[in-house]
Amino acid sequence: MLLIPVLLMAGFLVLPLLAIFLRILPQEGIWTTLQQPLVTEALQLSLVTSLSSLGLTALLGTPVAYVLARYRFRGIGVLDTLVDMPTVLPPTVAGVALLMTFGRQGLLGQWLDTIGLQISFTTVAVVLAQSFVSAPFYIRAAQAGFQSVDGELERVAYTLGYSPLRTFLRVTVPLAFPALLSGGVMAWARALGEFGATIMFAGNLMGRTQTMPLAIYIAMESDLAAALVLSALLIIVPFGGLFLVRALLRRRNVVAYA
Amino acid sequence: MRNPLRNMTKTIPRGMLIAGLLCMLATSSVQYNIAQSASPLNGTLTVFAAVSLTEAFTALAQRLKTLYPGLRIQFNFAGSQSLRTQLEQGAPADVFASANVDQMELAQQSGVVLVESHLFVKNRLVVIAPRDNPGKLAAFRDLATPGLKLVLAGPHVPVGQYSRQALRQAAADYGADFEAQVLQNLVSEEHNVKQVVTKVQLAEADAGITYVSDITPRIKPDILTLPIPEAYNQIATYPIALVNGTRQRTAAQAFIDFVRSDPGQALMASYNFIPVKE
Repeated sequence: MLLIPVLLMAGFLVLPLLAIFLRILPQEGIWTTLQQPLVTEALQLSLVTSLSSLGLTALLGTPVAYVLARYRFRGIGVLDTLVDMPTVLPPTVAGVALLMTFGRQGLLGQWLDTIGLQISFTTVAVVLAQSFVSAPFYIRAAQAGFQSVDGELERVAYTLGYSPLRTFLRVTVPLAFPALLSGGVMAWARALGEFGATIMFAGNLMGRTQTMPLAIYIAMESDLAAALVLSALLIIVPFGGLFLVRALLRRRNVVAYA
Repeated sequence: MRNPLRNMTKTIPRGMLIAGLLCMLATSSVQYNIAQSASPLNGTLTVFAAVSLTEAFTALAQRLKTLYPGLRIQFNFAGSQSLRTQLEQGAPADVFASANVDQMELAQQSGVVLVESHLFVKNRLVVIAPRDNPGKLAAFRDLATPGLKLVLAGPHVPVGQYSRQALRQAAADYGADFEAQVLQNLVSEEHNVKQVVTKVQLAEADAGITYVSDITPRIKPDILTLPIPEAYNQIATYPIALVNGTRQRTAAQAFIDFVRSDPGQALMASYNFIPVKE
């Protein structure tokens, strides 16, 4: 009884991914397609920007996750809901919102413009768009990780003379690390796939703002082979990342926490 | 109170009044005939049209609806290259209107539209800048000013192709590296002409190249326009054709015929397109 829906669902999830590879494999010149600037520039830019946005997310998201996990105060409900907003917002709304904030006539953008900084159409805009949509994935996982760390251990560290920062870095983070890692890899994968907000806010220029999803969108109308190869890469790379991290966590036998 | 109508009958000669009434009768019978011939036209007509045709075709559809009340016209406005790709992937449509001949020919080669196509309007290019002109543009050649933030449509988009041709032809007067200098200023390659308009309208970019027909009353207050000298300006030509396998052949043909008719051409001209003389 269970077999039929399971097979249907599995087929529905796997078949489209398989279709891309089945379409590419019989084609000749995959290697030359891979070496096209459209592909190489997009791959390079995507790796740089998605890792940068992961860095930004970890830097600013970790404290937010810790606060949500440990503190109770008036307005925490609002903060808690805000964190989920980018996940439920359509990426186009994120794009418009970022333009209205960091655009040249935007809330902060017009002020930045007077000191000669323009964010739209730059690689920074790509990183901001990616961070905006991917941060919740990290924050939620990190929050769960911190909540699973026994507060008693932190208090013990304090009594041993550890400062709050040292306690956090030496006790809390190592214990929550599996969760931080798996949240980080999810956020990174989401950043890698970011499309809507990027094309609206950052524009589309090879080597500067044209990430892999944008290059696929453009190539679909001019160079199907390149679109297929880029799509295949966008399946392989995040799959590899997720698989590697999960394998690593399993080896440490701590996957239950993640 | 005086009756204004009665006043009018006094001033207008009786003969003219009768002639006028006859005229009205005649036109109403013409409309009646059209309505009668139109009666079999119903259902939904799907038109894939270059995004630069958005305003003009929307108005055209409203006009057509008064002639064929049973007909519903549905548009898919996008870059011509997007529409051609969608058609090739099997998107159901009845009419394809492209902003250049290339995309129409590609569609004909892949067999998704019928071989018979008609040029139905032309268009010209113009440089646009935000109203407060942050790039301090004064003329077309200023597009080469270092540091200017220029937005063009991509090279696969008809308007992007026309824009690059204009830059190339300007090299004769502005120096061989004019095109390269301008393209050095490129900050984004947009996917269709309306996105170029939006980026300039929001003042994110200092300049962009669009069609003259894109300067609609709605965006006019936000932008400045700079002409492109006749010698380099490109004449965009728009072909229209029936989609292969259309199930609305009569209605699709009626749409194409109306676009090419005198009233259709006059309407296109009112949206700043250049009519095509037969």
